[in-house]
Amino acid sequence: MKPTTQTKKRRSTKRDDSPQPVHARSSRTMFPYYPGCTLKTTAQNFEDSALATAAILGIDLVEIPRWNCCGVVSSLVENDRMHHVAPLRNIIRTQEMIAERGGEIESRLVTLCSMCTNTLRRTNLFLKENPEDLEAINDYMSLEDNYEGGVEIVHFLEILRERGFDAVTNKVSNPLEGLNAAAYYGCMLLRPKDIGIDDPEDPTIQENLISALGAAVIDTPYKKMCCGSYQTVQDRYAVAELAYDILTHAQREGAEVIITACPLCAFNLDDRQKEVRERHPDFRSIPVLYFTQLMALAFGLGEDALGFELNSVDPRPLLMAKGLLAPR
Amino acid sequence: MRIGVYVCHCGGNISETVDVKAVAAAAEQRPGVVLARDYSHMCSDLGQKLILEDIKEHNLDRVVVAACSPHFQGATFMNVLETGSLSPYVFEMANIREQCAWPHFGEPETATLKSIELTNMAIAKAGLDESLNKKTMPIGKRVLVIGGGIAGIQASLDLADSGFEVHLVEKDPSIGGKMAQLSRTFPTEDCSACILSPKMADVPANPNIELLTYSEIESVEGYLGNFEVTVVRRSTYVDPDLCTACGLCEDACPVKVPSEFEVGLRDRKAIYVPFDFAVPYKYLIDESVCLRLTKGGEVCGLCQKACPKDAIDFSRKSEKIRFTVDTIVVATGYDIFDATEKKVYGYGEYKNVITALEMERMIVNGAAGTPIRPIKGRIGFIQCVGSRDEQVGNEYCSRVCCMYATKLSQLLKRSDPTREVYVFYTDLRAFGKGFEEYYKRAQTDGVKFVRGRVAELLEDPVTKSVTVKVEDTLSRQMIEAEFDLVILSVGLKPNAGTERIAEILKLTKSPDGFLQEAHPKFRPVDTLKEGIFLAGAVQGPKDIPDAVASASAAAARAVRLMNQGEFSLDPVLAYVHEDICDGCSLCVDSCLPGAISISSNVAQINETLCTGCGICIAACPLDAMDLHCYANDQLLAEVEAAISERRDGETRIIVFADDTTTYRLADNVGTGKLSYAPETRIIRVPSGTRATPALMLKALALGIDGVFVGESESKSSPYAGIGPALSRNIEQTRSILREHGIEPERVRAKEFVTIMLGGFVAQLNELTAFAENAGPVSEKKKKALKETLANGLPRAEAQVAQ
Repeated sequence: MKPTTQTKKRRSTKRDDSPQPVHARSSRTMFPYYPGCTLKTTAQNFEDSALATAAILGIDLVEIPRWNCCGVVSSLVENDRMHHVAPLRNIIRTQEMIAERGGEIESRLVTLCSMCTNTLRRTNLFLKENPEDLEAINDYMSLEDNYEGGVEIVHFLEILRERGFDAVTNKVSNPLEGLNAAAYYGCMLLRPKDIGIDDPEDPTIQENLISALGAAVIDTPYKKMCCGSYQTVQDRYAVAELAYDILTHAQREGAEVIITACPLCAFNLDDRQKEVRERHPDFRSIPVLYFTQLMALAFGLGEDALGFELNSVDPRPLLMAKGLLAPR
Repeated sequence: MRIGVYVCHCGGNISETVDVKAVAAAAEQRPGVVLARDYSHMCSDLGQKLILEDIKEHNLDRVVVAACSPHFQGATFMNVLETGSLSPYVFEMANIREQCAWPHFGEPETATLKSIELTNMAIAKAGLDESLNKKTMPIGKRVLVIGGGIAGIQASLDLADSGFEVHLVEKDPSIGGKMAQLSRTFPTEDCSACILSPKMADVPANPNIELLTYSEIESVEGYLGNFEVTVVRRSTYVDPDLCTACGLCEDACPVKVPSEFEVGLRDRKAIYVPFDFAVPYKYLIDESVCLRLTKGGEVCGLCQKACPKDAIDFSRKSEKIRFTVDTIVVATGYDIFDATEKKVYGYGEYKNVITALEMERMIVNGAAGTPIRPIKGRIGFIQCVGSRDEQVGNEYCSRVCCMYATKLSQLLKRSDPTREVYVFYTDLRAFGKGFEEYYKRAQTDGVKFVRGRVAELLEDPVTKSVTVKVEDTLSRQMIEAEFDLVILSVGLKPNAGTERIAEILKLTKSPDGFLQEAHPKFRPVDTLKEGIFLAGAVQGPKDIPDAVASASAAAARAVRLMNQGEFSLDPVLAYVHEDICDGCSLCVDSCLPGAISISSNVAQINETLCTGCGICIAACPLDAMDLHCYANDQLLAEVEAAISERRDGETRIIVFADDTTTYRLADNVGTGKLSYAPETRIIRVPSGTRATPALMLKALALGIDGVFVGESESKSSPYAGIGPALSRNIEQTRSILREHGIEPERVRAKEFVTIMLGGFVAQLNELTAFAENAGPVSEKKKKALKETLANGLPRAEAQVAQ
């Protein structure tokens, strides 16, 4: 994913004549970063572990100013312009930050939450492909700068893949040997295909990360199944049934921990285990971790970065038993 | 000069958009035109009679028909002229259907104006037509059939029985193809091997067939009546004359590999007979796995020691065989869709997910008392795997899967009624003779048909049973159930061999990747290459009866050509204005087939070798070279007529469209009702190189705003190697434009294949938009350009061919 020519042009005329990519000039790379609501509230441990592990990898995530709701869930209505206003406003914030900081910062906005990634990417793609709609929305948002199409949205996992998972392995001080981890993707990271971060039928990006951290990869065909998403508000038992299928299949394959990149999936798989146990008394609980928590663990980071106290199923007993976490 | 003009309504196809009376009225005003009529169906018997009567009564010496594409009905009208004792080459067609009424169907006024100009162009060209004769060539009775599946076998036998000399080339060690692997055929449930094997045996028994198995086509050069074929026959390391197929070698061989014939479900040895009714029934050694042949030296050699006839010779080499044929039948068949591409179904990952071809072999082996594995419990077929699925890039229906699943499901159910058999289908297409009855029988026998596309399959990590998730779209129920075995009804796709053969023979493909027939209705087994025919599934998915029918049709079409002893070609040949030629020999160097020589200081054309590409015309600095049917003055007259009705401020773009691809592509665009800039005027040329720099510059000097040259991609071009000459022409034209301060982007060229509909539309629209933006070329610049042209273009450096 290279920056669009438009951004390049502006950068070279305004600030800098050097055509080199940003990260080639310094050992640290700075990215604009969009957290979204969940990471600041119920999934604070996701953000803490992500920022800490990124810093170790030489990646500085700089929160964009005055961000708002990502717009959650792309509209299914064709040409629903209003629905693109909220995500676009965040993209414009990014455009401003890139313009202000010139060559210091990448022109790609990093996201962590899969829902935010999905919403922002769909809007970005829609507006790049439909200049008339972009013009109409630009006109409507008369107090904002016009969006010029130069921003790209990337998920943190894609940055890791682009730099090579070997770079991750190099920072591992606590290899996760003996831990059987199954990746779970859900839908938002992979679909629709045009904006997905990996092959929607056969994703491997999280598996590659798990291997890079020294843990054993457990593959389950249920890794792409629906977690129930917002049905969790309406009917928690419907979600519990889906979670039961997903979790028990992984367990039968030998998984001891589930890894995910989506706060909502994590909530449905982790917190809904209470409801799962109500319906299925034989169910054994299983911890659900963000991929960044797993990274923080392997990087040997402390409790501030791990944030296990916010996980519903406490992973600490398992990790201590495996010798991967020091007893308190 | 007495020209008759006929404007066709095409039963509304044209007249609903174009004011045909206005077109006829305008034509009547053109010089040389003695009458102009409009009629509902010019190609009908009455329409043809109309022309014949007029030729007699009004003493016509030229005929112009404004109707469909010349590729559609051109031959019909040329025959009419011959009947009327005129040369078929004093005839022109204005393509006002595919290239006007259809693409511009929403714009009647524009379309009428364009039709008038297209007709004027044809009239202008017809005025300069010569009374040429067809070029005739001798043709013999030799045929190459490529592929020895059921289609190739049928075509070979039909041709051989009709007294023709057949060379049948098969890449595998045995003929028989895919049909040999099947259990039974639908809907009659004949044993596939039992009905096929006698036909296979007939092939080597027929004295008119030379069978070359384990052989591949290396190259084919030449043309109808003179295809020079080179075949590589791979070594089997066994002397077929000595081998008695006793099998002692096979017992001795220590190497086991998966059998291709059994789709990997059983093993074979490194020395083997492909299957038990193979033709020829001789042993061969697989050199890629044989210990001696891979390791060398004196390794192994057990088979050689075991052979009582001393038939095994490790030093046997592959050989090249060369022969000449008059026509070619391509019967390279199909391949099954690679189910691993459809990842949601887990083929290759899940133990109990198999393909239908594997099930065919399991049934055959089971019936023979050597079951591969038990088949019991709940069994599900998933239809449309790799067909009707844009996710894997295949939009087409494979036509056989519904019925083979219907067959397999009831064979399974009937042989063991305790099995629960389900078929999950998208639409059940039981279209053939006896198919619907057969489908009904399966339902009666207890096979459950569920309409729904299976969303995904999930394997249980412990039991290895497979959970099927699907919506029954008739009862609107979500189904999630465990199956013991899931069979993927994989579709048909073009195979890799076809890809190679298409490249060697320069055949075009349709958007689905199968080879393209010359006309979907009337020439379904012909190709656009004269003398090459398609038999069986190489043209598109077919069941056995359809493949056999198409093979017999291909044989009949080939016989029709060869039986006459000679065939005729359009006399599109280069000729020399001998009074101008100074024998400089630049044309000799440019000619790719080497058809030109210099004799007493004047260029001479060898008409047998000349392909009519027109490359030599641009090479000649004196305008002494020309081309029959597409002469310099004719093309220029067309250009002049293309602006005959231009109103102030209108843009005009000339498209020189090569006849093989671009002209047909423009027809396809029209047939697809895709619209593009109506300012374009298409001129048919044999190849893009016929549009010489002088011609393009003259067009611009006359006031044309842009020139586009369309050429075939080199793979499908009948004129090998003209690409560089085309680029040189464009470059030279652009550099002269630059010298005159005219935008060089007004002249563009692009190579196409006949399916690039969107690309064609975009290119034409872009050039039109560019020309509109740039505005007309100023009078001053046009004048300067005319002066340069009058002084002659600079003599280009010698353009050495190859």
